[in-house]
Amino acid sequence: MNHALESLGRRGVNFVAKTGGIFFMMVKFIASLKDIPFSLRLIVEQIYLVGVRSLPLIITISIFIGAVSVWQAAYQFKFIGAPLRLLGQAVGKAVVIELAPVLSALVFAGRVGAGITAELGTMRVTEQIDALESMGISPIRYLVLPRVVASTLMLPFLVIFANFVAILGGVIVSVAGVAVSSETFLNGFRDSFNLSDFNNGLIKAAVFGFLIGIVGCYEGFNAGGGAQGVGKATTSAVVVASVLILVSNFVFALMLFRI
Amino acid sequence: MSDQLIQIEHLRKSFGGNEVLKGIDLTISRGDAIAIIGQSGCGKSVLLKHLIRLLKPDEGTVTFDGQDIATADSRWLREMRYRVGVLFQSAALFDSMSVAENVGLGLKESREYSPKQIAEKVAEKLDLVGLGSATNKYPSELSGGMRKRVGLARAIATDPEVLLYDEPTTGLDPITSDMINDLIVDLRDKLNVTSIAVTHDMVSAYKIADRIVMLYDGVVQFDGTPKDAQTTDDPIVQQFINGRAIGPIQVR
Ligand SMILES: Nc1ncnc2c1ncn2[C@@H]1O[C@H](COP(=O)(O)OP(=O)(O)OP(=O)(O)O)[C@@H](O)[C@H]1O
Ligand SMILES: [Mg+2]
Repeated sequence: MNHALESLGRRGVNFVAKTGGIFFMMVKFIASLKDIPFSLRLIVEQIYLVGVRSLPLIITISIFIGAVSVWQAAYQFKFIGAPLRLLGQAVGKAVVIELAPVLSALVFAGRVGAGITAELGTMRVTEQIDALESMGISPIRYLVLPRVVASTLMLPFLVIFANFVAILGGVIVSVAGVAVSSETFLNGFRDSFNLSDFNNGLIKAAVFGFLIGIVGCYEGFNAGGGAQGVGKATTSAVVVASVLILVSNFVFALMLFRI
Repeated sequence: MSDQLIQIEHLRKSFGGNEVLKGIDLTISRGDAIAIIGQSGCGKSVLLKHLIRLLKPDEGTVTFDGQDIATADSRWLREMRYRVGVLFQSAALFDSMSVAENVGLGLKESREYSPKQIAEKVAEKLDLVGLGSATNKYPSELSGGMRKRVGLARAIATDPEVLLYDEPTTGLDPITSDMINDLIVDLRDKLNVTSIAVTHDMVSAYKIADRIVMLYDGVVQFDGTPKDAQTTDDPIVQQFINGRAIGPIQVR
């Protein structure tokens, strides 16, 4: 009993420490924004690594997101007897508002967030971060700033692609599998398309990208205890980022999409 | 300007329940060449890290050039760190960068040198450590001893006035060791660099230092010239410098 309480207490303390640490990382990141002019080369490099290099993965998952959405929507339409010409409207909304931003963010957390933590965590345990500091170089400016800027900017960019490709995947399935013509599907999509939904999806993506970058850097900076510690930190980065994405997504739903 | 450069007073540091430094007092003057010796795990690297605030004291103070470094602002700290070069025990090379980029990073980030000047300085420092031909290699392609030497070239790249070496000759063959010792002595004699070297290698300690400081059980056990160290009747110092397993020091 005592033991369980103690363990619970320790978890509580860890949770508070982590929340505080992540918040503090955000503050330090924001304070480092003034150094952007001196870090342009590093930012461009990260934009390439984080954004451009994630494109193939995002494209691949998006085709299947569109494809399965159309398939499942058609399946349900059949049961409730809804006309299939509404397929494009239903799927289009779901993709633009929720599926493309959230699923891209979760995949991005797995690829980019984990990558940031593994890299920075290794730098931490091999004293490379100490070495940077000893040279008078701020690790926040040199490591955190470029990564967080890149992930904040690039996730929305990737979501734009995800939207297009998911709709394309949807068209393919609706033509090939559901016997709804591409005109019907795309007309339905266009009728329901709303620029503010699209923009809200991108705003969400930017926030998710920011959270993924911050959590990835925080976990990497606080990795300890050799390779095993880096592994733990990496897992933790993906878990924490995923939870934050889904929780903040619900908050966005309440704020942006008033019923 | 006083002659005292670094003052460590009553420095205490614990990690969890493990009390590593239990009240270190040490004054380092300009031009000093100090060898810090002591058993593995006694806190030599931890002490070195306190000198540039990579670690903060639990108690006590570290004063650099009259300024308590715990309360210094980030700008002062950055300038202080420009004046200090550090060779880490693990070398701590940036593994995403080539040897040349590693050595040149401090120069580049100071934004005071042109790319051409940086390339020249990098080549010069790499020649000094005998690695002029390794410029374009990556750390993962180097041996442990080569990494150490690149780390040394990086530490001296910005011509610092203070150098902290954490085991500069560990992992090097006797000939290369001697070359590095000569380099350290040269830096001191020609450029009047203040140097603080952690070492287990007594040959190296006698060669590069004019003052030997021994840590034992979290405090300074001995502080004196190499000659004093050899003639002291302190059994702990005697056991250590003569490398005997039998004596007051227990191997933990
Ligand atoms: N970041 C840290 N977190 C927890 N404990 C640490 C940390 N750094 C050092 N220690 C502990 O402090 C003690 C002293 O470590 P330190 O690296 O200073 O030893 P050392 O004298 O340099 O030994 P060696 O000669 O083997 O390098 C060790 O017990 C080590 O476990
Ligand atoms: Mg050490």
